[in-house]
Amino acid sequence: MPFNFTVSPDFAPDHMSGWFYFNTWLQRNLGTDIHLELFDSFDEQREQIRAGKIDLIYANPYDASMLVREQGFKAVARPAGTRDEAVVVVPANSSVESVEDLMAGSRLATTADPDVHTIGMIMLEPADLDSSNISQREYDTYILVAKALLRGEADVGFFLKQGFDELSDLIKGQMRVLVSSQISVVHHALLVGPSLQDRFDDLSRMLVDMHTDEKGAGVLESMGLSRWEAMSVEQTEFMIDLIDTLTI
Amino acid sequence: MSEKDTGSVREELIKYFDGSERVAEIVDEEVPFPDGKLIVSRTNTKGIITHVNQAFVDMSAYSRDELIGANHNILRHPDMPAVAFKGLWDTIEGGEKWQGYVKNLRKDGRYYWVKATVIPNVREGKLVGYTSVRRKPSRSKIAESEALYVTLK
Ligand SMILES: Cc1cc2nc3c(=O)[nH]c(=O)nc-3n(C[C@H](O)[C@H](O)[C@H](O)COP(=O)(O)O)c2cc1C
Repeated sequence: MPFNFTVSPDFAPDHMSGWFYFNTWLQRNLGTDIHLELFDSFDEQREQIRAGKIDLIYANPYDASMLVREQGFKAVARPAGTRDEAVVVVPANSSVESVEDLMAGSRLATTADPDVHTIGMIMLEPADLDSSNISQREYDTYILVAKALLRGEADVGFFLKQGFDELSDLIKGQMRVLVSSQISVVHHALLVGPSLQDRFDDLSRMLVDMHTDEKGAGVLESMGLSRWEAMSVEQTEFMIDLIDTLTI
Repeated sequence: MSEKDTGSVREELIKYFDGSERVAEIVDEEVPFPDGKLIVSRTNTKGIITHVNQAFVDMSAYSRDELIGANHNILRHPDMPAVAFKGLWDTIEGGEKWQGYVKNLRKDGRYYWVKATVIPNVREGKLVGYTSVRRKPSRSKIAESEALYVTLK
């Protein structure tokens, strides 16, 4: 039976093929069969996780909490330099100058990305806004969130900072960032399930050196990453504790 | 900045739970919570600071060296009622998460309001300390808390 690998559905579509190259690289270097399965939605992926069908996952920090604390996963590495930050955005012509100007009843455009949504909602709290007094609609991609803002269908939108930065200048120019999170300790991580943990040390060594090998460096580039950094148990636990405080 | 700030300076005696006390200079001037940031600290099980992030250092006006190893009550503002902290400690020692609004005292005597969440850190079933993450509170919650805390003093 091959091991099952999956990637948090919030990966950038441009990097989809990169994850397949990474899977090939992993199989070759670990000398074992691994099947990569991508899911369209977080819910679908969580079902498979809960059913114990996933052995390796590039997880969103929010899901990492459930994977580590409830399913016995261990973080092996995180991408160097990338952090998950959220931005709260309004149309450029909006009269809203700061978060505190947003009123109850505001229409929010968001995505199913749990970290961005959670951090975004925290950044609305100074305006006394929460899920009970705004109307929110979930869109599949950040492009669609941008479109909702530009068409006047939403007053405020949440983006992954990286997702916002990657939009074209033409689109970005029609929007204005109200606030940008600067949390810096929340990030995606590669997690190893109990069934694959006897290979944990091999995997850790391979990943940390991946950028030094020509093939490895090429694969990393196609995933939009510079290199992997080892993650200690305590770093993982700290990140999860921090996320725990944000979900109440 | 609160409209009630006068910028006045006074000396006040702060009495701590363990019976110790200190005279602190209190400046009636608020320092605004930085947008988008979280102020993070961790303590051991006794409330001694073991970790602070840069936003914590910046807002407290102490240096990192002064903070690590200090009792977390170094930030206690005399306007905070003791009962609020009793509630905090009873909750977290019971293994639960605590959330509340706190007025903190900076080294320079000025103050800042936070919405704080404190959680127990459990490792392999054992309590090893606590983590607190503070976010920016709304003006209305600050006003409610100010009104409540004067009645609890
Ligand atoms: C993780 C953690 C964070 C805390 N953060 C603060 C804080 O920011 N400000 C504060 O006044 N007390 C904070 N406290 C509570 C203090 O330990 C202390 O109870 C409080 O300052 C009152 O002082 P006293 O209990 O010595 O009288 C924190 C406690 C813990 C465990």
